Amino acid sequence: MLEVRNLSIAFGTSTGLKPAVCGIDFDIKPGEILGLVGESGSGKTITSLGVMGLLPPNAVVTGGEVLVDGVDMLKRSPAELRKLRGRHVSMIFQDPMASLDPIYTCGDQIVEAILLHEPIGKTAARKKALELLEKVRIPDPERTMRSYPHELSGGQCQRVMIAMAVSCKPRIIIADEPTTALDVTVQKQVLDLLRGLNQEVGAAILLITHDLGVIYEVADRVVVMYAGKKMEEATTQNLFANPKSDYAKALIDSMPALGCKHARLPVIERDAAGNVRSVRPEPCVRSARAGPVPEDANGVPLLELKDLCKSYWVKPSPLSAPVEMRAVDKVSFAIAPRTTLGLVGESGCGKTTLSRAVMRLSTPDSGQILFKGTDIAKLSESAMQPFRREIAMVFQNPYGSLNPRQTVADLVAAPMVIVGEGTSAERSKRVAYLLDAVGLPKAAASRYPHEFSGGQRQRIAVARALALKPSLVICDEAVSALDVSVQAQVLNLLKDLQLEFDLTYLFISHDLSVVEHVSDTVAVMQKGRIVEYGPADDIFAAPKDAYTRMLLDAVPIIGVDRAARRAQ
Amino acid sequence: MNASIAGALLLIGRKLLTAFAQLLVVATLIFSVMYIMPGDPVLLLLGAESNPSPEAVASMRSQLGLDQLVLSQYFTWLWNALHLDFGNSLTNGYPVSSYVLANLPRTLELAFAAIIIATLIGVPLGIAAALKRGSMRDTVLTSIATIGISVPVYILGTLLVLIFSIKLGWLPASGYTDISRNLVEHFRKLALPALALGFGLAASIARMTRSSMLEILGRDFVRALRAKGMPERRIIWQHVLRNAAIPIVTIIGLQLGNLMGGTVLVEAMFNWPGLSTLLVGAVSARNYPLVQGAMLAIAALFIVINLAVELFYSLLDPRIRRKRS
Repeated sequence: MLEVRNLSIAFGTSTGLKPAVCGIDFDIKPGEILGLVGESGSGKTITSLGVMGLLPPNAVVTGGEVLVDGVDMLKRSPAELRKLRGRHVSMIFQDPMASLDPIYTCGDQIVEAILLHEPIGKTAARKKALELLEKVRIPDPERTMRSYPHELSGGQCQRVMIAMAVSCKPRIIIADEPTTALDVTVQKQVLDLLRGLNQEVGAAILLITHDLGVIYEVADRVVVMYAGKKMEEATTQNLFANPKSDYAKALIDSMPALGCKHARLPVIERDAAGNVRSVRPEPCVRSARAGPVPEDANGVPLLELKDLCKSYWVKPSPLSAPVEMRAVDKVSFAIAPRTTLGLVGESGCGKTTLSRAVMRLSTPDSGQILFKGTDIAKLSESAMQPFRREIAMVFQNPYGSLNPRQTVADLVAAPMVIVGEGTSAERSKRVAYLLDAVGLPKAAASRYPHEFSGGQRQRIAVARALALKPSLVICDEAVSALDVSVQAQVLNLLKDLQLEFDLTYLFISHDLSVVEHVSDTVAVMQKGRIVEYGPADDIFAAPKDAYTRMLLDAVPIIGVDRAARRAQ
Repeated sequence: MNASIAGALLLIGRKLLTAFAQLLVVATLIFSVMYIMPGDPVLLLLGAESNPSPEAVASMRSQLGLDQLVLSQYFTWLWNALHLDFGNSLTNGYPVSSYVLANLPRTLELAFAAIIIATLIGVPLGIAAALKRGSMRDTVLTSIATIGISVPVYILGTLLVLIFSIKLGWLPASGYTDISRNLVEHFRKLALPALALGFGLAASIARMTRSSMLEILGRDFVRALRAKGMPERRIIWQHVLRNAAIPIVTIIGLQLGNLMGGTVLVEAMFNWPGLSTLLVGAVSARNYPLVQGAMLAIAALFIVINLAVELFYSLLDPRIRRKRS
């Protein structure tokens, strides 16, 4: 039905054409779900945009053909292409909220899509839109018709997008990272929905994702891409059971999977010849230690929260009185020195509010934050100063958390400058030491953040967090924005640094497999409360709370099925 | 649905209240500035050179109410101002309100004509530049806009007079004809001052339109609309432009507000008897009640226009309508 033959796409740059996709071949049969998997920059999205004829202006197709029912899309006029879009081939995007026009109601936007391709009246189109919303199992379709995108959740918006995509019964649906921006439980619902619609409507789906778990759950066949080239094409079973290409092997290896915990994650390396392979790096043992090992304070936890509460006051509608929204509701847990507490929960559960309270970026309403035995919950800004050095934070987005106008040396030295520590020479010595510790070359110090990749930037952020020799580091979704293999590198680094600098981590993440990999203890958060708290091994082996079980069940798993694993 | 109507009313009510408070603050400032300014209006009125007797000064003071406590003067003035009574002109004794009411529509007319011209030129140019970003067309249009912003209005005005009235003889160089006397002549005389004001404003509107359009064109939903198979023209007019409208409307509204007091040069140059002309004349004559009246009228217009712009936002963007109330 869709055949992509030897497709090559390049970006025009000032130095000539820079290839982004080189000779990709694949085809999709009716009713099939084909997974296209690869890391960011591998060319998967560009391939899909090439198929749709929606390439950005600076990209050109340098060769190959895209055949839909035997007709080459690349040779069609823009007007013909436009008629095919939405009707023959439709698309679902990564960020559902941003993919809907914010100033029209969802109903209007679905009706608009229907009217573009079908010669029916407005009333009939509205009726059809309502049926579609029922079909994508949205709660209260009538209300959704009248709602604006910002009034819906991400999952609901994605359902609206899916309703729109299937509105004209397309033959092919291209889904570009359809669940990446969604919580695991919502992801599961959306994937189930896609699979159901695929059987019902009979459309073929091209599913683009970086998440091997998603591929494993829904795809029939998989194409693995790396650096614009096709590495492997196989049925899903075959790929996971017996990957042929080195890259696919390495990719599967480097994913932290639920239930199989390794001390260190393998990472993907390229050798001089450009071949990729998976290596499991040895812990980097360094001769110089940061300082003497602090004595264990007789089992006193480094950080202990007791009944911590933080509320926001929100108005549900303009006229009603503000109501209390408990973002953090009587949270208690403790982290022993040099251990990692993983805090998991879905978006909006209060993870970030909690981390901000612990950092004392906001003042909690009630409860205690005991740091090394001192309650810092109500300390004044000046009394808080000595504790500020002890607690550092690594943020989610390494692109947003580094000032683009500062050199790496300035960025890493900034905390020392703020507290007025050391002379300029001492500070640059410390910067050099830290950069070395996080595995960056010395030359990095004089460069700017934009010259680094996402993973390297996160290393810079980690170095900055360590500048004042903190004892507690809060990682708020610190690896969520990174590719699996880069994520593996950063996770390994965090483990090495924990040993070397005697660090304690509060590791906040929505990703259960990552949390399982790094944590000694785990706290599961739902709607501001800790619903389950205990040693990581216990929780992942035998979750007691229904919500924890639901979260765990929603994670797509590769290979063995969960029931079998739990039985072991 | 009822809740959203009630919410909208509440929003409007709150904005009105804020506007009223702003007006009160401005009125107070105007009153106190007049008080702090050097020079005695009584002496000025009686003619300082003629050395008026202390009795004459005192009687004039009480006649003008200037012998009372400042606070009571203030409240009397405020109370009268609320009833559109700004006192009488010091030079000829006619009520200030009659001057203000006569000149205000002329300034409003000039300002609206200028802003309509600016919008009609600026918005299409901005769209044209944004749609061909980085092309020759974009470069040329953006450069013209930069020049348009940087050329002072009196130079542009002089050029326009040179071309259209002296060289071509199409339009009168200056003056004002009342609309009731001669409709055609009225608009012929409006044309040049409105164009002179409008060109400069068109440039900044064009720049804002361009950058706002570019920002929206880069959003994900535009790509999603293309993927739906929507014709490009409809994407631009129905979706992109409406999303891009808020900053454009903001700048148009701000400029319209600024024009209330910002037409001074053009009014003087083209002999247009508007509020600014009135204000300039009143200041040089130390005609305090007239200055206060004209300033208050200008400030009130500015606040009303800003209020209208803010309310217009919520028509454009449902997020403002429902969230910020």
